[in-house]
Amino acid sequence: METEGKKRVWEEYQKEIADDHYFYVRSCIRQTFFPGSETTFLKILQNDLKKDVFEDARHTTCTGIGYHTDIVPLETTMTVIARHFALMTEAGYVNIIPSCVTSFGLYTEVLDTWRHFPEIEAKIREYLWKATKREFKVPENLVHTSDIIYKFRNRIKDLSKVSLINKKTGLPLNVVEHIGCHYSKMFPQSGVGGAEFPAVLTGMIEAWGGTVIDYPERRHCCGFGFRQYLVKANRGYSVSNSKKKFESMQPYQPDFMVANCPGCSMFLDRWQYTIAEMEGITYDSNGTGIPVLTYEEMAGLVMGYSPWDIGLQMHQVSVEPLLDKLGIEYKKEDKYLGSNGQNIGEPQKPMFLIV
Amino acid sequence: MGKLYDRLNQDIRFIEGLNGCLNCGVCTAICPAAEFYHYDPRVICATVQSKDEKLIEALIRSETIWYCGECMSCKTRCPRNNTPGFVIMALRKLSQELGYFTDSEKGRQQFAIKRAIGGNILRTGYCVNPDIVSPRMHPEQGPVWDWISMNTPEIMKKMGSNYKQAGVGGMRAIAPEVLEELDRIFEVTGCYTLFDTIEKHSKHKANELGIEISDEGIGNEYFMTVYTENNGSHNG
Repeated sequence: METEGKKRVWEEYQKEIADDHYFYVRSCIRQTFFPGSETTFLKILQNDLKKDVFEDARHTTCTGIGYHTDIVPLETTMTVIARHFALMTEAGYVNIIPSCVTSFGLYTEVLDTWRHFPEIEAKIREYLWKATKREFKVPENLVHTSDIIYKFRNRIKDLSKVSLINKKTGLPLNVVEHIGCHYSKMFPQSGVGGAEFPAVLTGMIEAWGGTVIDYPERRHCCGFGFRQYLVKANRGYSVSNSKKKFESMQPYQPDFMVANCPGCSMFLDRWQYTIAEMEGITYDSNGTGIPVLTYEEMAGLVMGYSPWDIGLQMHQVSVEPLLDKLGIEYKKEDKYLGSNGQNIGEPQKPMFLIV
Repeated sequence: MGKLYDRLNQDIRFIEGLNGCLNCGVCTAICPAAEFYHYDPRVICATVQSKDEKLIEALIRSETIWYCGECMSCKTRCPRNNTPGFVIMALRKLSQELGYFTDSEKGRQQFAIKRAIGGNILRTGYCVNPDIVSPRMHPEQGPVWDWISMNTPEIMKKMGSNYKQAGVGGMRAIAPEVLEELDRIFEVTGCYTLFDTIEKHSKHKANELGIEISDEGIGNEYFMTVYTENNGSHNG
């Protein structure tokens, strides 16, 4: 009886994730900083899982960073998103999957607002028609791309070549998972596990053999803060919030961090470098920092993809200590080569952070 | 000009974001900005809820409303289902519409954001792309980003992107006809009106302060001033 009750309660924290036929919209930040992640996501979905994922070259930014820095009005953002719905409708799809957590949060906010205020949806339809002569149906299924990997985590495990286990000790790796605030803090029902028990990354980590670290500041923001990072004068806010998280997770000795938000993944990587150069400290015992992966990169490694093909050389914190623990073979000398194996130079070494 | 409170009450985010605050302060306890800045979302809600026009005007002329990072952690925790972050967004919109944003150091930064992010959206179809993350402006990105910036086309190719080319793929070129659609959406939905308002008041402030400002782009003294200036009074 008790188990049945728990199941019933847990059902409230589940969400419907479509099984196939996805209309894919990219993330500005992901394409800029870790572009290999989106490529890896598509390879896993299309080549390994044989899913239908469609991309329309005419989709654009959702304007999310402009909206959350308050220079783009809500009506504008809603109409740009409505245009994406129109492209989805024109292509014959009903399931939309944004790669960006900010976009996902905004799409969710837009649909929620329209449900409560149909007159706003009507106004946006007028704006879109006036501006572009396009019409749309609202999506039947809206999920973040991390939800898709979560849904197929056991299928990926069946196809996997690597487990999240320390090859030398045989013990599960200790993993910090970081969920982007806009994934489910605004609309808890939109995230797997809600805002209280986000399971989207935990589900992947545990399915693939790792152990999740529960630490005090687990749900604290990475510190992006939109204007707080974009404007140079404000970046103290941004780095301070990441620092608070690093200090909180340090005693648990994470083997790596993983995030589902494009911004968070980048900040958790770059701020470790910044703090190391400013204060001479890292949050691991070797001075190399704690490697940070995107969930697509984590899935790619589990699937046996080459670290340099999926883009791990674009991280400032070196991933080699993690690859060694996982028992993944790699050639250090190939790390910074160009697409045809040509020499395109190498990054300079930081002053303090060991790479 | 209608009463400030009435104008706030026309913003759907304000209507949805403030159902009646009991001033418990849970939002302040969870708020990353409250920990870093002299910022207290509980007080913001109390001020707005008072409907005191003088207090609301002082608020939207102040530094305070620009401290929020819009992470929306407050939304999850509020026992009355308020969203102080949404209230902030409505306050910022009103502050910009009335030109009050130039009264504060943090508010004046809206000019830099409008020029950098707003300009980039219209020029490229992206909020952010590698071209606008210059190592000079972003030293925190580190030497790997320097290397990426020096080799962007090649690295994007290796990552399977379609950098600045036609067709689908990461960092592809957004076609001119698509940018025209964005342009018309920005026109129809009032974004250009907001942009013009930010420009007008920023130019006025630049002239008042005797700082050079150009008609477009980021290569002007006022941009660099608002982008980098920090008088040190915001925290600590």
